[in-house]
Amino acid sequence: MQKLNKSGLSNVLRRNILKGMMALPAAMLVSQLSLAAAMSTADVNTTGLAVTDDTVKVGILHSITGTMAISETGSVQAEMLAIEQINAMGGVLGRQIEYVQEDGASDWPTFAEKSKKLLVKDKAAAVFGCWTSASRKAVLPVFEQYNGMLYYPTFYEGLEQSPNVIYTGQEATQQIIAGIDWVTKTKDAKSFFLLGSDYIWPRTSNKIARKHIDKLGLKVVGEEYYPLGHTSFNSVINKIKLKKPDVIYAIVVGGSNVAFYKQLKAAGIDMTKEKPLVLTISVTEDEILGIGGENMQGAYAAMKYFQSLTNTNNQEFVAAFKKRWGDDIVIGDVTQAAYLGPWLWKAAVEKAGSFDIDKVRAASPNLELTTAPEGYVKVHENHHLWSKTRIGHALPNGQYEVVYETEDLIEPNPFPKGYQ
Amino acid sequence: MSSQISAAPAQNSSPVDWWKYLLLAVILLVVLPLALDIFRLNLIGKYLTYAFVAIGLVLCWGCGGILSLGQGVFFGLGGYCMAMFLKLEASNPEATAIQSTPGIPDFMDWNQLTELPWFWQPFHSLSFTLLAVIAVPVIFAFIIGVAMFTRRVGGVYFAIITQAIAAILTILIIGQQGYTGGVNGITDLRTFVGWDIRTESAQYLLYFVNVALLFACLFAALYIKRCKLGRLLVAMREKEDRVRFSGYNVASFKIFVFCIGAAFAAIGGAMFTLQVGFMSPSFVGIVPSIEMVIFCAVGGRLSLLGAVYGTLLVNLAKTSFSESFPELWLFAMGALFIGVVLAFPDGLAGLYQTYIQPWFKHFINREKVGLTPPAPIPEKTTTPAKEPVASSLSSSLEESRNVPA
Amino acid sequence: MFADYTSSELTAIFAMQGFAGLILFSVFVLMALGLAIIFGQMGVINMAHGEFMILGAYITYLTSQLFSAYLPSLFDGYFFIAMLLAFVVTGALGALVEWAMIRHLYKRPLDTLLATWGLSLILQQLYRTVFGAREVGVSLPDWLMGSYAITDIIEVPINGIFVMVLTIFITIGVYLLMQKSRLGKQTRAVVQNRAMAGAVGINTEKVDRYTFALGCGIAGVAGSAFTMVGSTGPTAGQLYIVDTFLVVVFGGASSLLGTVASAFTISQAQSTMEFFLSGSMAKVLTLLTVVGILMLRPQGLFSLKVRR
Repeated sequence: MQKLNKSGLSNVLRRNILKGMMALPAAMLVSQLSLAAAMSTADVNTTGLAVTDDTVKVGILHSITGTMAISETGSVQAEMLAIEQINAMGGVLGRQIEYVQEDGASDWPTFAEKSKKLLVKDKAAAVFGCWTSASRKAVLPVFEQYNGMLYYPTFYEGLEQSPNVIYTGQEATQQIIAGIDWVTKTKDAKSFFLLGSDYIWPRTSNKIARKHIDKLGLKVVGEEYYPLGHTSFNSVINKIKLKKPDVIYAIVVGGSNVAFYKQLKAAGIDMTKEKPLVLTISVTEDEILGIGGENMQGAYAAMKYFQSLTNTNNQEFVAAFKKRWGDDIVIGDVTQAAYLGPWLWKAAVEKAGSFDIDKVRAASPNLELTTAPEGYVKVHENHHLWSKTRIGHALPNGQYEVVYETEDLIEPNPFPKGYQ
Repeated sequence: MSSQISAAPAQNSSPVDWWKYLLLAVILLVVLPLALDIFRLNLIGKYLTYAFVAIGLVLCWGCGGILSLGQGVFFGLGGYCMAMFLKLEASNPEATAIQSTPGIPDFMDWNQLTELPWFWQPFHSLSFTLLAVIAVPVIFAFIIGVAMFTRRVGGVYFAIITQAIAAILTILIIGQQGYTGGVNGITDLRTFVGWDIRTESAQYLLYFVNVALLFACLFAALYIKRCKLGRLLVAMREKEDRVRFSGYNVASFKIFVFCIGAAFAAIGGAMFTLQVGFMSPSFVGIVPSIEMVIFCAVGGRLSLLGAVYGTLLVNLAKTSFSESFPELWLFAMGALFIGVVLAFPDGLAGLYQTYIQPWFKHFINREKVGLTPPAPIPEKTTTPAKEPVASSLSSSLEESRNVPA
Repeated sequence: MFADYTSSELTAIFAMQGFAGLILFSVFVLMALGLAIIFGQMGVINMAHGEFMILGAYITYLTSQLFSAYLPSLFDGYFFIAMLLAFVVTGALGALVEWAMIRHLYKRPLDTLLATWGLSLILQQLYRTVFGAREVGVSLPDWLMGSYAITDIIEVPINGIFVMVLTIFITIGVYLLMQKSRLGKQTRAVVQNRAMAGAVGINTEKVDRYTFALGCGIAGVAGSAFTMVGSTGPTAGQLYIVDTFLVVVFGGASSLLGTVASAFTISQAQSTMEFFLSGSMAKVLTLLTVVGILMLRPQGLFSLKVRR
């Protein structure tokens, strides 16, 4: 973390990567050269991307400054780690990945400007980035106009399917329906109170949740939205006490999270008693850092990845992540999804045998990744990922204990019929 | 109008240095388009849209002493009006066939709206839109102005209230996302009356239109600044009560100049939407509004040309700095704020006037020695005589007025 | 909306809602007191007020880390020491800022706005560099996080009571300081007539520095207290700035009593509306009402009458 905030990090890293290259065994270098020779740059790059005989340039576009830096830092770290690991394995089509990092500064027009720069000036073969829906919406026309490829890591509201974006996080129905099914089946929940920050993702998600709750024949007793950054939740907590729902379905984001859970605890709602039970889709391990594990204890979260997953892929990933970024770092759902980006891109490029965006796009559907920390993932034709949804139970140490996971991969369905 | 005061102060009757405007025109119209590729030029065009706001601020704040921290509201309103028109054009039934209600903007469909809200309807018309781009912000500014200035709210209080208005409007736009696009803003704008605004040729053309409009605003502002109204504004800034005692309706002048500032900002906003291709509530908030004030301050709050240069300089620095050292950029920006306020209250224009212009005069223009440049005025603030704080300050203001900058 | 509930439930809810309003009131007063001194008394528009508060919060965070590492037995009481430290450190920074920056700008109040905005940018980036971009979790002693059950339904959060008590103490303290102490009298003299105050031998520069430091110190204490209810991150201070200024301006800038009264009005209005409307609309309506009233009565609720 500290390192990320030092200036010129990218330069330092680039130097390290170069050093790493020097240190590579000669045999490997030879094999690389032969690979590169086998696939001449003219063959793998027919559209003028920044590809040379031994390098390929990609972009990382996240907020390093401003309010969103809190959330996006983890994604940057994950993407850097993935790129370094890929480079250490010999790169993509024998070419080392060089990245250009740009700061979106939590400002959507800046995102648009920087994405244009990455595509037009740097000729990036792929861009890993964006976090909020607003930043994605801002860059989307740019990617479509200049035919770039964006790997977008965040769980989001759906209602979108662009040929120029691969969505490595879950879309809303994947996250929501499994969570609500679980809570009604195992916890016998009958009534829900929906709460969210006031913007598109919580509103769309709650809309899907409400439709699903209606379908199950259960009741929504309240639905509330507060402005981003709101810090006093006592009134809504009183309303919750009055309505006595079985489940508080909370999609509060950012700094408001901290205020909400602290005030919930202080108002005498002990989440470990599960009356009401708190189910969230917006609090990852990253957010718990700010909230404090003891204030989050007992809440449930529905998402596809938790740091505590015990499969070997994840154990290796967590170890590598901690080795790279420090022992006290935590990994949340989005961080893992961001980590998938470079690997999915590598797989697509190798399948296509080309860096050309159109060929990478054509190669992407049904692409499989068996090494993902979350387990096996597959790209759907709609550019979203098939994934499992898991329920985590928050522990006082700031980690989630996985108490349930769906048996099968859930099909992504960004335009859910009957939920709009 | 100005016939009565023919014996105006020397500084106002001094001839305009047209060559400076010519220089700016040459830089913007010839040098930059030749030197930069379309990507960078488009960026410059984007920055120049902020310069509209800065020019308005020179009139309001530099001349009139009205510091508005809500100029982003007008920039945003102008931009939103244009964006609504473009969005309606982009949401034709064919392009939105997959929606449950084709023919309405996508974000409305996501929010279960099944028909276009009434206030969106007129934005199908280009002429209405072009009118609304100016009229909506100006009417809004007029309402604020009437409410505030006739009640003699000024100075610090005005600044804080405009800030609150910016906050209200941001929450409102974000909250009413079915009607406004919410925090995402209105995105994915493609064509303007059938003409693709995203192509290179369109961007070149838009850039030149932008520069032309900028000069129109510059000249309008120059005219206002140099006619009697401009002198009255300065008089009001320095001693509002005396102007009032002289029989002028102070409030109406303030309202007028505030509306002009709003109109400039709105033009900037509309050009922003056209050049960048979307509009977002992040322009309506407090932070961009204050940043726009600092563009103006860096250029020199009294200088129209300074405002343009200041905007360009700060934004260029921001882009290049944040590309290489995103962390350092905030330190640099903060230091710039403090430095400009503490050390160079007259900004670039002040530096030019104190250091470069005398040198010019000395070596090039010897025969015109009589026309020395106006000395920068150290005090810029209106101090409404109502608050005790201000009253104690204003006594010291008068003492310090003779102190050179 | 109330048809389904028994009257005892309704009473309980109204009691709790009233209490929620009181907590919000205390939060507002704490936020605004420091600014009321700086802005109301000195005319300095301190846009970095939120960042001073967050500095207090970070100091609390550091203190809690220190205590849990070295003095775990005393952890229950660390909060008081943290608040004291927050006051001292933010006050010292305030004095430094006054000396380096503000004192050159007393004659240009609008320019203080720009300069302190610059300061706030620098402080934000400083926090980000030192503490990281993520929020930090301030662990609180257990006794602060519980709630006290008066009846089955009415439960009162202890940190709410703590904030209220703290607010009362600080408000009384500030009131006494401004009204009775030598510094307070000198401050008021300088506010009313700087030149005359100087003429009777008051060291106006020293008074300015102490006053500014005092205002910043109170902001630090407020930030420290807010770790109980809010988040601590580099940009969290920005959340408070509009509300804070509105409270101060609405109260009548130069009247401390006015600040308290306006905090009460705004907080009650907001928490009542939040109960009956959705959160975003409540916020918009509150702000609109305040702006509307300010347009009708620009001098605020209470204005100091000075003869001149």
